[in-house]
Amino acid sequence: MSDALRAETVTIKGHDDDEIEAYLARPLGDEPRGGVVVIHHMPGYDAATKEMVRRFAAHGYAALCPNLYSREAPGADPDDAAATVRAAGGVPDERLVGDVDGAARYLNSLEGANGKIGVIGHCSGGRQTFLSACSLQIDAAVDCYGAFVVGDPPAGMPPTMKPILGLAPQLSCPLLGLFGAEDKFPSPAETAKLSEELDRLGKEHEFHTYENAGHAFFAVDRPSYRVEAAVDGWGKIFDFFGRYL
Amino acid sequence: MCTYQTHKIKISGSGKAKMGWISLKEAAVYVDHPVHLQQDHSVNIDFADPARGPSARVAVELTEEAALALADAIHEAIAAAPPGLAAAGTRP
Repeated sequence: MSDALRAETVTIKGHDDDEIEAYLARPLGDEPRGGVVVIHHMPGYDAATKEMVRRFAAHGYAALCPNLYSREAPGADPDDAAATVRAAGGVPDERLVGDVDGAARYLNSLEGANGKIGVIGHCSGGRQTFLSACSLQIDAAVDCYGAFVVGDPPAGMPPTMKPILGLAPQLSCPLLGLFGAEDKFPSPAETAKLSEELDRLGKEHEFHTYENAGHAFFAVDRPSYRVEAAVDGWGKIFDFFGRYL
Repeated sequence: MCTYQTHKIKISGSGKAKMGWISLKEAAVYVDHPVHLQQDHSVNIDFADPARGPSARVAVELTEEAALALADAIHEAIAAAPPGLAAAGTRP
């Protein structure tokens, strides 16, 4: 397989048909391929997230990351956009689902799309991945250390952070969960509770909790990076998407 | 971990952002991941003028020790000056 790809900024229709910015990367080859929606983390539509988008394209997928902060901060630096949205209370769940749906529709409209859609997100994007997979028809979802799926957030959290375990019966696809044993949000106890609930509901899932890793162990530009967990995790992600997309 | 918690206050002052000097109307303080400081978490302070858009922002990321020392230094500097010297609405 060639790893040649094309990457660019595009405009897609998100929630309520709003036009939003998105980062697209796709293989140059014309083989049929699945699409991956990458949900950026709370620090924004940044260089590290775009690198992940290109990585999926290098592995044969069309990948698209919608800029969830397009409306509040069009054209702003990712950190300024993140600060603005944070101060405004975060991204509403309903709008997030609409934006992911728009991204999935865009991917499926591209030449070579096989109709299969995966969703992946880290940190806040992990929770939003679970939310999307319980709200939309998705083919495979990867939750990387998403907090507040299960646990009640501490007092003072914005209302956008409500737990969403109650949505589990609507989970539409297999779920891969990658977590750190030293993480507090989500804690191993919370991810175990999610796993138990998915077992009870007969929902296909595969969870891995890495020792010596905490939150954000995939983030190569942060001290939280844990090379062993990240390398193994990437292998599991591509194996998982390879089976379902 | 991400805390998601943000403490916001209205302020009056000025600061130098990428676009030059701006009026500051709002400050947000939160303990969460930094963008630039090389540690997992920091005390982040955004001084901003939301009406002028996302780029009208002066951002700092401090260690907990630095943030507390800064708070003390602010109190000490104000206490050492004549009362009300820098209060809102004063003119030379």
